[in-house]
Amino acid sequence: MGGYESILLTVITAATPLLLAAIGELVVERSGVLNLGVEGMMIVGAVLGFAGAQATGSAYIGALCALGAGMGLALLFGFLTLHLVANQVATGLALTLLGLGLAGMIGEAFVGQPGIRLERLHIPGLSTLPFIGPVLFGQDLLVYLSLALVAGVSFVLFRTRAGLIIRAVGDNHGSAHALGVSVIRVRYLAVLFGGACAGLAGGYLSLAYTPQWVEGMTAGRGWIALALVVFSTWRPLRLLAGAYLFGAVGILQFHAQAHGVAIPSQFLTALPYLATIIVLVMISRNRVLTRINTPACLGQPFVPDR
Amino acid sequence: MRKLLSMAAAAVLSFGVVGAEAADKLKVGFIYVGPIGDYGWSYQHNQGRLAIEAAFGDKVETVYIESVSEGPDAERAIERLARDGAGLIYSTSFGFMNPTLKVAKKFPDVKFEHSTGYKRAANVSTYSARFYEGRYVIGQIAARMSKTGTAGYIGSFPIPEVIRGINAFMLGAQSVDPDFKVKIVWANSWYDPGKEADAAKALLDQGVDVLAQHTDSPAPLQVAEERGAIGFGQASDMIKFAPKGQLTAIVDDWSVYYVNRTKAVLDGTWESTDTWGGLDAEMVLMAPFTNMPEDVANAAKETVEKIRSGKLHPFTGPIYKQDGELAVADGILLDDQAMLGMNWYVKGIDDQLPQ
Repeated sequence: MGGYESILLTVITAATPLLLAAIGELVVERSGVLNLGVEGMMIVGAVLGFAGAQATGSAYIGALCALGAGMGLALLFGFLTLHLVANQVATGLALTLLGLGLAGMIGEAFVGQPGIRLERLHIPGLSTLPFIGPVLFGQDLLVYLSLALVAGVSFVLFRTRAGLIIRAVGDNHGSAHALGVSVIRVRYLAVLFGGACAGLAGGYLSLAYTPQWVEGMTAGRGWIALALVVFSTWRPLRLLAGAYLFGAVGILQFHAQAHGVAIPSQFLTALPYLATIIVLVMISRNRVLTRINTPACLGQPFVPDR
Repeated sequence: MRKLLSMAAAAVLSFGVVGAEAADKLKVGFIYVGPIGDYGWSYQHNQGRLAIEAAFGDKVETVYIESVSEGPDAERAIERLARDGAGLIYSTSFGFMNPTLKVAKKFPDVKFEHSTGYKRAANVSTYSARFYEGRYVIGQIAARMSKTGTAGYIGSFPIPEVIRGINAFMLGAQSVDPDFKVKIVWANSWYDPGKEADAAKALLDQGVDVLAQHTDSPAPLQVAEERGAIGFGQASDMIKFAPKGQLTAIVDDWSVYYVNRTKAVLDGTWESTDTWGGLDAEMVLMAPFTNMPEDVANAAKETVEKIRSGKLHPFTGPIYKQDGELAVADGILLDDQAMLGMNWYVKGIDDQLPQ
C-alpha cells in the first residue's frame, strides 16, 4: 500500500463518525433545536450496534440497531423538550449522562469480546485499481452513506420545499406557525433524524473504526461533532470539509511524530482543537456570515398557542 | 466538559454503594479511577477484587465505586467506604494518594492500600508492579521477530512509568540487535480506542512491523492483526482481539497481592509496607507466547526465568543516555529511586522526549 493512499484511508475512517454525527445535528439545529446529547446518543448507538451484531452475526443489523438506539434517545429528548418544553441545554446534557451510564450498563457483558467488522466493499475490477481503487471503491457502506447524507441534506435544505420549511421553523417559529406549519412536528422529525445519525456514528465506532466495545469509547467525539456544526456555520458542504480537515490533522500529527518532527506532541494533539477555535473566531468576526446562517430560533422553546 | 460529566456521573454512582454491614465479615472496599468495563487498568483491579471473593467466600464482602475522578470526589468516595464499615480499602490510582492519606488519618482502624503512590502511614501501604520487566521481555521478542528492524511504540503520556517502559523495551531489543530502532508516538490519552488505532495505523504506514503500546485498549493490536503485523497486548491477555497478531501480553495481575493482603488483615498480621513486585511476585504475568517460532518463545521464557530468579535485571549497567552520557556504570543496578523518577531515554532511541 502506498503511503499517501493509506494515509487517506485512515483519514476517511477518522472523519466518518464525526461527519455522521454532525450532519444529523446540523439538521436538528437548522430546525431551531439544540441537542447537546450527541455524545450520549452516539455511545448508546455504539453499544447496541455491537450487541446487535453479536446477537445476529451481521454487522449490518448491528448498524440498524445503532440507528434505532440513537432514535430512541432522540425521541425521549423530543418528548421532554418539544412536548414538555424542558430546557434544551439541560436536557441535552442529561441525555449525554444518561447515555454514558446506560451504555456502560448494557455493555458490561461485551467487554473483552472482539466485534464483527462492517465489511469493506469489494467491486471486482474497481476496488483493486491502484490508488483510487481502495479509496473510492473499497470503503464500507457507512462511509458512502455519510457522503450521500451530506449531499442529500444539502439538497433538501436549500433546494426543496421541505428544506425551506425546516429553515423557516428554525429561523422564526412564530411566523412558520402562523403560516400553518406544524413547528413541533417538523422539529420532532429533525430531532429523530439527528438521533439516527448520531446512533449510526456510534455504530461506526464499534463496528468499523475499532470493532470492539469498551466503556466510554466515543471519547468526546460527540462534542467534536457539535463544534463542527458551528465550525461549518450550519452549511453541509463546509461541514464535510471541516470533518475531513479535523480527521486529517488528527492523523497527520501521528505521522509527524513518527517521523520525529521536533514539535511537542502535546501541541500536535491540541492542533485540531486549536484549528476549530481559530475558525470560530474568524467566522464570528464576520457578522454577515454569522447572521445569514445561524438559525435565529436556535435553542428557543416553542409553545404553539402563544 | 468530559471531566465535569464524569464527576457528575461519579457523584450519581457513589449513591449506589450502600451495603448492609454484616457483623463478622471483613468488608473490603475498592475505588477505581475508570469504569470496570475499560478492559485495562480498572478492569484488572476489579479482577483482583473478584479473586478476593473467590478466595475467602463468605468471610469477606466486597464493594467498589468506579469512575471516581482524581480530585475532591476521591476523598468523599474513600470516606464513604470507610464510614460504611470497610475494614480494608484499596485505592487504585496514583491521584488518590493524598485523599487516601487524609481519610486514613480520620479512620486509624481501617487499613488502606494505595496503588502506585509513594506516601505511607501506619495504616496505609503502597504497592505497584514492575511492568518494565515484562517490557524488557517483549523488547527481546520484538527484535527477534521484526523484519524491518523497527518497532512502533504508542505511548500515553511522557511520565516516568511510561519512559521506563520504553527504555526497558529498547534495552531488551538492543540485547538482541544493537541497531534496533523504535518509532514512538504519543497518543496523549490513556484510553481512546479510535485514537490508539489511528496511531497504530500511522506507525504501520511508516514501515514498522511490530507494535508495542502503553495505552489501555485492544485497538492497536486489532489494527496489527488486520494489517498482518504483530504486537503485544497491554494489561490483559488480548489474544481474542488478535489471534494471529498477539505475540504475548504483559498482564497486570493483582490477585495474588490482593488475596495475601486481605488474608493478612483477616489474620491480624497486616502491617504498613511498600511492595514493588514484578515477575517474581506474580504481579506481572506474561500471556502465552504465541505466533512465534519455538526458539524465540524459548528464549523469551528463559529471560522471564532469569528475571524471576534475580539473575537478570533489565537496568544493569553499562547504560548510556541518549546523548552518550553514562547513566549507570558497568555492573551496577539502577536503584528504585532513580527508576521511579526516570526522565531520560537510553541511547539508540531516535526521538525527542517531550518536555
